[in-house]
Amino acid sequence: MKEATALKPIRKITWKASVSLRRISASSVFLYAACLVVIFMTACAIAPQWIAPYSPEVMDPNQLLQPPGAVHLLGTDYFGRDVFSLVVYGARDSLLIGVASVLVGGGLGGVIGALSGYIGGWVDVIVMRLIEILMSIPGILLALAIAAAVGPSLFNIVLAVSAGVIPNYARVMRSQVLTVKNKPYVLASRSIGSSELSIFLKHVLPNSLSPFLVMATVGIGSSILTSSGLSFLGLGVIKEIPDWGTVLSQGRGYLTVAWWICTFPGAAIALFVLSVNVIGDRVRDTLDPRKSGD
Amino acid sequence: MTGAITTRLFSSLLVVLGSSMLVFIIMYLLPGDPVLIMLDGNASTPEAIASLKSHLGLDQPFYVQFYRYFIHLLQGDFGVSRVNGDLVLPKILEHLPATLTLTLVSVSVSLVVGILLGVLSAIHRNGVIDFAARFIGLFGISMPAFWTGILLLLLFSIQLGWFPAMGSDGWKTLVLPGLTLGLIGAGFIVRMVRNTMLEVLGEPYILTLRAKGLSERSVMYGHALRNSLIPALTMIGLTVGELLSGTVVTETVFARQGIGRILADAILSKDIPVVQGVIFFTAMIYVLTNLIVDISYSFIDPRVRRSQLKGGV
Repeated sequence: MKEATALKPIRKITWKASVSLRRISASSVFLYAACLVVIFMTACAIAPQWIAPYSPEVMDPNQLLQPPGAVHLLGTDYFGRDVFSLVVYGARDSLLIGVASVLVGGGLGGVIGALSGYIGGWVDVIVMRLIEILMSIPGILLALAIAAAVGPSLFNIVLAVSAGVIPNYARVMRSQVLTVKNKPYVLASRSIGSSELSIFLKHVLPNSLSPFLVMATVGIGSSILTSSGLSFLGLGVIKEIPDWGTVLSQGRGYLTVAWWICTFPGAAIALFVLSVNVIGDRVRDTLDPRKSGD
Repeated sequence: MTGAITTRLFSSLLVVLGSSMLVFIIMYLLPGDPVLIMLDGNASTPEAIASLKSHLGLDQPFYVQFYRYFIHLLQGDFGVSRVNGDLVLPKILEHLPATLTLTLVSVSVSLVVGILLGVLSAIHRNGVIDFAARFIGLFGISMPAFWTGILLLLLFSIQLGWFPAMGSDGWKTLVLPGLTLGLIGAGFIVRMVRNTMLEVLGEPYILTLRAKGLSERSVMYGHALRNSLIPALTMIGLTVGELLSGTVVTETVFARQGIGRILADAILSKDIPVVQGVIFFTAMIYVLTNLIVDISYSFIDPRVRRSQLKGGV
């Protein structure tokens, strides 16, 4: 402790130089690992039949609740389905929901926030009050209520998860637009007679995007968390090929006899979200060096 | 300053009312006939269904239902459960303490773990401790609550038998759910505290303190830490929201009593009055916490106090 604190001033001085060195070290290993995980799981989502050893629909009555082993890498469930194959096939819906929710929720929130901030005046006041109201209901609760209301389908789950994230994106986008729209280059553009629309699209929007993009990257992870929470509570899509949250939820009843059914789909969720967050942190550092925390 | 607080209090009230109306509208748009759901497939004559509908006021047009709901809400009447006919308000009030206790325990875990790791991480920047703390932070925000809960259950209840797997009596039942939720909150707080602490350490006044020969310990804990905690305070408000929604899943995993579990059950059985009631209370707790956090700024941070005295909020 003493030694470490004594070294502090030196570290302070070499801070700038150490940034580049540090980046090739441990955190880079993490970044590469995270990229590998994301690539592998995306491959699972696109072409699960090439990766999974069994079909997720094949039930083998002679292989019920087998522990992880050579034949079944991650064991089998109570129907005799291979858990590894279930996890591989489950990637498709889980990732699809995550990405689609960010596209829908982030897109809507971004547009609302950007317009509200740029137009300003009473439009901004009203929109921001509505956003504030939406924010007072925690995202997953809103998603729960909507999912229960509209019933389980892939589209509805995306709708439910998106609704919960709209306010966050709107606020981030708005605050950024508010800063950018008062920059000298916007004034310059206006003074040479550019139309408001072209100022908005050409100058304000592109210069306001970076915090939004960071949020969207990390948002894929949190949308997967929310949607798998819905599946866990029994509001997920009921299909022959279940997503990660549903597999986990179904395995809960067998926790004392077959820990592997719950553990591995959960690990897949955690690993994917963790990787997305690692990448998101790096995106943040790259886009906004001022805020570099890592 | 009292004026500023009154204004904030008033706007918070509006937000809570607004959110409960929003939920009413969402629930109204919900497909499926609530009366048929109530009867749950039990054979009933069309006359009986119609009379039940008019008894519940469900045959009225939207604006009448909305008006009634709003007036009842202002009178503190949350209606009755459509599944078992229980009054909603007493049911929520009965289960609220369990959820509040769980939230309080989780927030405490989050704060203690989060601030401790965040500070250590910033002080030992790029060291082993920093690395570990950052990883725990990332882990906290990446793990699904139900999975962490299940893993803790497997290890500490089923394998080791240290803590009960379910129920909500006694402090022992609070440990695992509190940890499950606390780790999530800790993840957010570690990252926040570390970032602000590093930012503060780059401020010129820290250089001044070092230049005048203050001990490193005093620079860190006496000055840098105190200035880093203000943003962490904001996180408490947001974390409470995160944890409150986390109770829905956590209370289900650990079979605990609480409004989160009531909500999960009510949503599955489309028990709309209960859903509305629970969301109203959740929104209220969330808004209140953020209000308290906002007000406490002025007590903690003299700069905020001064700007409020000048008339700003």
